[in-house]
Amino acid sequence: MVDLCGVQLRGPVLNGSGTYDAIAARRAFGDELLERFPFDCFVSKTITLAPRQGNPPPRLWETPAGLINSIGLPNKGLAGFLAEDLPKLAELPVPLCVSVMGFDHDELNELVATVGACDEVALMELNFSCPNVETGLIMGADPAETAAAVEALRPLTQKPLIVKLTPNATEPAAVARAAEAAGADGVSLINTLKGMALDPKTHEPWLGGTTGGVSGPAVRAIALEQVHSVSKAVQLPVIGMGGIASGRDAADFLTAGATCVAVGTESFRDPAAGARIGAELRALSRKEREFSSGAVR
Amino acid sequence: MTLAPFGRRLAPLVENRRIGAYQLLIVDDPDGPRDPQPGQFYMLATEERWGAGEGERPYLPRAFSFARAREGRLWFLLEDIGPGTHRLAQVGEGENLWITGPLGIGFDEPAGRPLLVGGGIGAAPLLCLQDQLGPETKVLLGFRSADHAEAANLFAGEPQIATDDGSVGKHALVTELLREELDLRPPTSGLRPTVYSCGPPPMLEAVRALASERGVAAQLALESGMACGFGACFGCVVPTKDGYVRLCVDGPVLDAADLVPGGVGH
Ligand SMILES: Cc1cc2nc3c(=O)[nH]c(=O)nc-3n(C[C@H](O)[C@H](O)[C@H](O)COP(=O)(O)OP(=O)(O)OC[C@H]3O[C@@H](n4cnc5c(N)ncnc54)[C@H](O)[C@@H]3O)c2cc1C
Ligand SMILES: Cc1cc2nc3c(=O)[nH]c(=O)nc-3n(C[C@H](O)[C@H](O)[C@H](O)COP(=O)(O)O)c2cc1C
Ligand code: FES
Repeated sequence: MVDLCGVQLRGPVLNGSGTYDAIAARRAFGDELLERFPFDCFVSKTITLAPRQGNPPPRLWETPAGLINSIGLPNKGLAGFLAEDLPKLAELPVPLCVSVMGFDHDELNELVATVGACDEVALMELNFSCPNVETGLIMGADPAETAAAVEALRPLTQKPLIVKLTPNATEPAAVARAAEAAGADGVSLINTLKGMALDPKTHEPWLGGTTGGVSGPAVRAIALEQVHSVSKAVQLPVIGMGGIASGRDAADFLTAGATCVAVGTESFRDPAAGARIGAELRALSRKEREFSSGAVR
Repeated sequence: MTLAPFGRRLAPLVENRRIGAYQLLIVDDPDGPRDPQPGQFYMLATEERWGAGEGERPYLPRAFSFARAREGRLWFLLEDIGPGTHRLAQVGEGENLWITGPLGIGFDEPAGRPLLVGGGIGAAPLLCLQDQLGPETKVLLGFRSADHAEAANLFAGEPQIATDDGSVGKHALVTELLREELDLRPPTSGLRPTVYSCGPPPMLEAVRALASERGVAAQLALESGMACGFGACFGCVVPTKDGYVRLCVDGPVLDAADLVPGGVGH
């Protein structure tokens, strides 16, 4: 068992928010998905207060060992999520973490208070990789913005609040420290790195959203360093992710200081990748007792 | 719709053979379902050396309609157009593919007289559809040249053929054959056709417009860039009258009447 902010998990492997739709996967694979559920905790796609269509296609571009996406957070909005998705996600055999994003403090407050009051929800993740419409600053890129948001949200729920850190910040460790001081229960990283691609024929931006976020093995080395420096900076549990594709990769993130790991893009290559990575990790931990969390300093 | 076994599985290559301009891959899939529905697709990658091609790609698996499912074997017809299809076209004896599927929603049972209309590599899902509907099912196929048109030999009966260069069949676009066929069956002629079509975006757009003009039902198998194939990434959306839908879970076959003019792809 793994303790994540007071929630007991059967193992340390989560999915990255927005990289697994368990409801759609159940339509494709049936109840075998539940019998062999690949993650030890399920993280929802980021939800916003109002419904969003997302960005115009094309939304994907393949890079060497990676992917750039400009999905644009399509979702049904808070009311649609609660009515249609939450009852289905409650049927999953693992604890549920709901990821939320607000474009100002009022939106965030409403999301956290409402989602936090749902019994089906064990944890919440705060996706701060968006501009605060009041200040124009990317909330998660700025320690003061992050601290102000977390301070306002902290009294609204008893549920653990995990701050998802963006790698597109001058110093993610400083943002993590600010989140800790403001009362966050954990941090997760990395979100995608900003990137872009040009259409090989027209030389115009390929992605409908012009720029996107890079994920996959291409970002793993950057993610490992950020997980390491953030883990040194805070006492909070850290969920490490970014290009994890094997038990070896997951072990490296745990060794660098993470309590849990999350699998994102690798699930696109194999829907059951989370289970394989968990099994490889268990086999490794029997062999290499030394990779106890945070062994690297 | 047939469910996929959860996760990817290894499928040994049985045969990889050239059919004119295309490549026919046959793999063994003993653990997969025997009854994938025409129009459903599989995500494919090779077990070894997936990556390290042009531009250090491919990295993600690639989507392919199955062209035929027979005795636990799956047929795929593919066109080499980039690093993923290039690597797949090169797989040799003794190699395995990673496969996930069948995925998505295929063609509906025909309400009227089925009329199959394919363009280029879009012939692939129509082959298993003809297998299911029977050898007398009418098939219209358009190809760039005689070399590409060799794929028509896989079909039963005598598919009608059009080529862009006139090297075989009629020197025309396949939508011209469709127009002629629909002219023969005016709305008053009793049994109305249902069009089943797959092909490049401009062709599907022409089929959509023609079907709408003549008031005939049409089911179109569309394409879009896919990363996962099972609804996880939200990358494969196409615009419909109800907004964006994920082609991998709500398609790839969509009712032409649900599409917006010009929205068939890019
Ligand atoms: C449901 C479905 C069924 C298919 N069935 C078949 C089949 O039976 N046979 C077959 O040969 N092919 C089929 N395809 C197409 C096949 O998946 C592509 O040809 C393949 O992915 C190309 O990969 P590549 O690495 O060879 O080329 P890439 O370099 O990846 O791409 C080649 C071309 O695709 C375009 N492209 C690349 N990325 C994107 C993107 N993100 N969005 C839109 N366009 C993009 C590029 O402009 C380029 O022209 C199917 C596709 C789908 C979605
Ligand atoms: C297609 C796609 C959609 C994503 N959507 C979200 C999202 O909605 N919210 C979020 O916090 N992160 C989102 N992410 C980021 C992932 O959760 C993860 O942080 C990142 O992809 C790095 O992990 P990976 O390399 O294993 O994919 C998304 C990533 C991808 C590839
Ligand atoms: S390909 Fe990922 S959602 Fe359709």
